[in-house]
Amino acid sequence: MKKPPRIKIPESAKVGEVIEIKTLATHIMETGNRKDASGKTIARDIIHTFTATFEGRLVFSADLGPGIAANPYIGFYLKVPGPGAIEMTWLDDSGAKVVETVALNVV
Amino acid sequence: MLGAGAVTLVAAFLRTIPEASAGEKSAQFKATLKALLDDAKPVSGGIEMNFPEAVENGDYVPLSLAVESPMTEENHVKAIHLLSTANPRADVATYHFTLLSGKARVTSRMRLARTQEVIAIAELSDGTFLMSGRNVDVKIGGCGI
Repeated sequence: MKKPPRIKIPESAKVGEVIEIKTLATHIMETGNRKDASGKTIARDIIHTFTATFEGRLVFSADLGPGIAANPYIGFYLKVPGPGAIEMTWLDDSGAKVVETVALNVV
Repeated sequence: MLGAGAVTLVAAFLRTIPEASAGEKSAQFKATLKALLDDAKPVSGGIEMNFPEAVENGDYVPLSLAVESPMTEENHVKAIHLLSTANPRADVATYHFTLLSGKARVTSRMRLARTQEVIAIAELSDGTFLMSGRNVDVKIGGCGI
């Protein structure tokens, strides 16, 4: 995950509104089934877990397998409980952990 | 001129072509499904599965999954499992929802090794399972999956 994930949220939201949050991580999602030119199996390296919380409360999570396409896109929803920030975490097989926090503009 | 014999020959040839649509489900899919459901009998249908009917390239198959639900403490969707019946691995992803999700809907992109039926299983808060399926025609399979 060399580049930070792209995240899109609505410019503003009302309390109680259900909003869509779109995320796009940059990742090869190497399946572990492919072989290199010398015939050696290329080790699996995928984002296996995605988690989204709002002010410490779990909103949504996903367990991903190698059947998910490269550069995983995840669109999910949040019922806005009030002002605050949404924290998203991506974990991959190499041990990399990327955390992004986006504040909601609650009107 | 085509006689009856030729017609029979064509018919015999057509029978040797494997099923163009879903085809046989993998043993791994059957085992994964059994482990997921335990002994529960899933209710057929109830999951909205937006997939393209056909894709040129199995590396990138856009999809969305949704279950209509009030998403209250008493009545909500806990998870939707996405399964492949013909990829090397049957379990593609599991999406977990909470009351804060507001709706049980997710958008993603998957890989498909070849033409097959994709299965979604939803787990509801009362212990019910829903199961839906969609055929996706794949022209060129996702590489190395």
